[in-house]
Amino acid sequence: MNISRRSFAALAGATSLTLATPALLRAQSAGRLVVIGGGFGGASAARYARMAFPDVDVTLVEPQTSFVTCPYGNLILGGKRVLSDITHSYDGLRARGVNVIHDRAQDIDADGHRVTLANGEELEYDKLIVSPGIGFRWDAIEGYDEAAAEVFPHAWTGGDGSQISNLRQQLEEMPQGGVVGLSIPGNPFRCPPGPYERISMIAHYLKQANPTAKIMAFDSKDAFSKQGLFQDAWEELYGDMIEWVPGNADGKIVRVDAENKVFFSEFGEEHRVDVGNVIPPQMAASLAHDAGLVNDSGWVPVDQTTFESAVARDVHVIGDANIASPMPKSGYIANSTAKTAVAAALSDLTGSGAPSDPVYFNTCYSHAGEDYSFSVVGVFRPDGGEIVETPDSGGTSARGPLTELAETRRLEAGYADAWYDSITDDMFS
Amino acid sequence: MKKLALVLGFAMTFGTFQMANAQEAAPMIAQSCAGCHGQAGAGQGSSPVLAGYDAEDFVRVWHEFRANERPATIMNRIAPGFTDDEVAELAAYFASLQQGE
Ligand SMILES: Cc1cc2nc3c(=O)[nH]c(=O)nc-3n(C[C@H](O)[C@H](O)[C@H](O)COP(=O)(O)OP(=O)(O)OC[C@H]3O[C@@H](n4cnc5c(N)ncnc54)[C@H](O)[C@@H]3O)c2cc1C
Ligand code: HEC
Repeated sequence: MNISRRSFAALAGATSLTLATPALLRAQSAGRLVVIGGGFGGASAARYARMAFPDVDVTLVEPQTSFVTCPYGNLILGGKRVLSDITHSYDGLRARGVNVIHDRAQDIDADGHRVTLANGEELEYDKLIVSPGIGFRWDAIEGYDEAAAEVFPHAWTGGDGSQISNLRQQLEEMPQGGVVGLSIPGNPFRCPPGPYERISMIAHYLKQANPTAKIMAFDSKDAFSKQGLFQDAWEELYGDMIEWVPGNADGKIVRVDAENKVFFSEFGEEHRVDVGNVIPPQMAASLAHDAGLVNDSGWVPVDQTTFESAVARDVHVIGDANIASPMPKSGYIANSTAKTAVAAALSDLTGSGAPSDPVYFNTCYSHAGEDYSFSVVGVFRPDGGEIVETPDSGGTSARGPLTELAETRRLEAGYADAWYDSITDDMFS
Repeated sequence: MKKLALVLGFAMTFGTFQMANAQEAAPMIAQSCAGCHGQAGAGQGSSPVLAGYDAEDFVRVWHEFRANERPATIMNRIAPGFTDDEVAELAAYFASLQQGE
């Protein structure tokens, strides 16, 4: 479309035509769905909407021109993937007829059914799906701000890929025998097993490139996801390279000094590190706050069947930003709930009937080393306004000695790759 | 003139996706399988093909997974999460797909 932004905005203003609703086509369309955020929740929603509801106009708003996944980012640290392997184009969604706009959504006017973009344009919608992911609580760890995140990268959002690349480069440049420090937040946060997969993949790399290095993992918690499986793997594969310091052993980091590369614990211990990875405490992304969708917890309360916001009609919030415990904040849950949310949102526009007994599905594979992976699975259903895990199903891979389980761990590494390729196809193909 | 160009631009975009949209969405209950078994049960890497799976075999295999009577890394944890009615719906859907479709 070769029309300048300014003249477009003028035109849109003059004719009250918006990007999502070319006047000519509105008559033929069952309605206008706008999706904010082109990640696990948003891309899945836009794609599924085009497939299941071809009469609906779909517009996706996402500032990045390609999407870098957090899943498999840890494999970059381990030297098993490069950035281009985890970077995905929006062309597949465009080919399905999604109108992809690369800009940031600035605000939502739920009463007026309008989204304002950073460039000032406005999009009208009938239904809105919001999946903006997480934001960081920059005030939670003293001294950790956006400048400090260049020294101690979080690498906890994909963004333009620079965070994960920065961390990988620092690991490569670390002196022999150096110390890698991680700071790990309390619950809830994005991807509960993610920090521990990261520890494993860093150890996998260091074992080859820097075998006398140490990893100090400072945790705000006393326990973590798939803990037994991870700790077995660390012992089996990395000897004493990894030290995990739980919250009850003063593991909580409350202050950092990026200039001198020091972590400070709650009770005043100072830890000098050569490379630091600070995963800060989290909340829903800023848009959810600016649009007034969050409650005191900093996350977005939603109906547990339709994912409609508790405070804004026709606004459905999915992915990490919402409150849907006991489901984890995972890419698979964002993908799975995206489809239910789309079907619920579009049911009255298309007369299709809302999904009656939805099932939400999660799997998180973790890579602990070469040919060494394991998983956690959960099948969830809404029940009386809450979400419950289906009894006697799901759970983690079996624990046991590697001599017995080596083949299972190897098979799961292959199935993890199949998962990555499948889920990203289900978002972008 | 500008308005016309804009509308034409949209009309063209809209025209191309009619074709790309030929593939239908799977029923809701089968959506989560696409996260490992690929699109429309086509399989992905080492994850098995489900398209064209005989419906009776499917139900039998599912019960074996549920009872831990079939070698599995993960389906033995997934299978107990679905009811018999849901399994029947899954079996019918995957049986209805052509392999390699
Ligand atoms: C290291 C790591 C490993 C992980 N591994 C796994 C795994 O193996 N399996 C798994 O299931 N999950 C995994 N996850 C979790 C997964 O990445 C998240 O749960 C998932 O990305 C959540 O999807 P989302 O749509 O909520 O957010 P995202 O995928 O982050 O997408 C949000 C999008 O919204 C955009 N956005 C934000 N604000 C705006 C705005 N105002 N306007 C427009 N766009 C906006 C962002 O640019 C972004 O593209 C991992 C996470 C990490 C950090
Ligand atoms: C997390 C990944 C994952 C998900 C999700 C998943 N599967 Fe599987 N499936 C596998 C793997 C891996 C196998 C091979 C057996 C094993 O290791 O458990 C398999 C095997 C099977 C088989 C047996 C194939 C054969 O002939 O050996 C069937 C049938 C099946 N899955 C159906 C389904 C259905 C239906 C769904 C959706 C409800 C589903 N699966 C969801 C990973 C998955």
